[in-house]
Amino acid sequence: MSLFDNSIKELEVKLHNKEVSVTELVDTSYKRIAEVDDQVQAFLTLDEENARNEAKALDNETPDFAKHPLFGMPAGIKDNIVSKALRTTCASQFLRNFDDPLYNATVIEKLNDAKSVKIGKLNMDEFAMGSSNENSSFTPTRNPWNTDYVPGGSSGGSAAAVASGEVFYALGSDTGGSIRQPASFCGVVGLKPTYGRVSRFGLVAFASSFDQIGPITRNVADNARVLEVISGQDKMDATSANVEVPAFTEGLTGDVKGLKIAVPKEYLGEGVSEEVRKSVMDALAVYESLGAQWEEVSLPHTKYAVATYYLLASSEASANLARFDGVRYGVRSENAKDMLDMFKLSRSEGFGDEVKRRIMLGTYALSSGYYDAFYKKAQKVRTLIKQDFDHVFESYDVVIGPTTPTPAFKVGENIDDPLTMYTNDILTIPVNLAGVPAISVPCGMSENGLPYGLQIIGKYFDENTVYRTAHAFEQATDYHTKRPELGGVSK
Amino acid sequence: MADISMDQVKHVANLARLAITDEEAKMFTKQLSSILEYAEQLNELDTTGVEPMTHVLDLKNVLRKDEPKEWITQEDALKNAPDTKGDYFRVPSILE
Repeated sequence: MSLFDNSIKELEVKLHNKEVSVTELVDTSYKRIAEVDDQVQAFLTLDEENARNEAKALDNETPDFAKHPLFGMPAGIKDNIVSKALRTTCASQFLRNFDDPLYNATVIEKLNDAKSVKIGKLNMDEFAMGSSNENSSFTPTRNPWNTDYVPGGSSGGSAAAVASGEVFYALGSDTGGSIRQPASFCGVVGLKPTYGRVSRFGLVAFASSFDQIGPITRNVADNARVLEVISGQDKMDATSANVEVPAFTEGLTGDVKGLKIAVPKEYLGEGVSEEVRKSVMDALAVYESLGAQWEEVSLPHTKYAVATYYLLASSEASANLARFDGVRYGVRSENAKDMLDMFKLSRSEGFGDEVKRRIMLGTYALSSGYYDAFYKKAQKVRTLIKQDFDHVFESYDVVIGPTTPTPAFKVGENIDDPLTMYTNDILTIPVNLAGVPAISVPCGMSENGLPYGLQIIGKYFDENTVYRTAHAFEQATDYHTKRPELGGVSK
Repeated sequence: MADISMDQVKHVANLARLAITDEEAKMFTKQLSSILEYAEQLNELDTTGVEPMTHVLDLKNVLRKDEPKEWITQEDALKNAPDTKGDYFRVPSILE
């Protein structure tokens, strides 16, 4: 049995009893990375020397999990979360030389306070724009279940690293599904918290009114534990909310008796594969057997979510990425003759096609003459989508459906067709438009051996009910115990 | 209306401070046209009287006192820059 088959709670006991040391945990992590990462390519940067030194220092301390809830736990960090003196690239050529950031993101400070150990920085779609990890400008991450397939994006490196047992947990970021979709494709647990639950300070902004950092783990209890650590209002982020952080782990009772589940008919309609649809129905039967009730509802504006999202998120991206100008950090073109040339050439040489496409879409949607027709219209539809959720949550505790319409697709399958790629996110995007929390938990395996997830969506700041619902399903099934055998072959 | 011309794409690229080749302009014209055509489905909805949403939470403006304090040093601010001279970022000449 590998150490990776233990939950954080189980490792806590082993550390207390000195059955395992932090050095052993860190060794196990780097050993596994050495074994499999040439196939998975989840990591962009490793922080081995620091991690080993930290482990040695922690082994001289008596672990106190009450004070330091992630004591000694090896973690991977998505590479758009700024880490002091540790290269942070956003998987972009523009930041390939950004070796020495000046500060830590608030979530990194919180992990440090919890005495977790950073193993390294994880691959992603460039600036978090993508659904497959093929937009990383360094190397695409592969799905650990079958390396011919994508791991999902944009937190594909984070999900793949957890699924393949390279780290005990990872942080990702979710703008339109970028934690839940790769969690679904890789068979792990990923939570997008309520917007404002976790500080965005130090998360390189893609679309500021959507982005949230969240945990990717192997089980729901670990996920709840990591969220407890990283949540809370932050004076460095004016959009972080002043709400209490409950003890999420204490709410994992396994009891869902009387829980009222809404199942939107739009989430099981056209485009959703038969095997995914059947797994969701099977999951609902599990909930019924546990004493919950479910009913079909409608979220009538779901079909407009993708168009709304891409107009708004691209508009925000076009503004946020204006800061990458080659003056203060990142690369600068050597071919520029004047100042304007320097901006344009540096950005063109530094950004990949997907980033350019979204910057241009956003610039167009915000430009004079098109602002009302595209940007403002999309903002109004965003209101309607939020109202759909408000209406359903008046009568139900959670909304349940698939995380993705299908299991993972093959590398290269959709890369030349951005619109098809965008519509893969149709089931995750409405959550970001509304700002509510949602989790993906493994709920099935495809005919060709690829996992996919069940999405559980909750009310604002009600991660407790989301976790309780997810945990109850996990306890009643064994999908979360399945592990990929690396070296998958084409079928 | 969804059709975006190659000239418009080049204009937008200029506004976005991106240098694109003719070949790229052709590719982006095709892709952006199809995305904008897809976005036009929003026009099916009557949004008269619907308030545009800018933020999901009911947050008021959050302000702190405007007090000077040390955040980073000048040395730190300059250390990741591609080109510096003395205490300044150096860029190509602006005036002839």
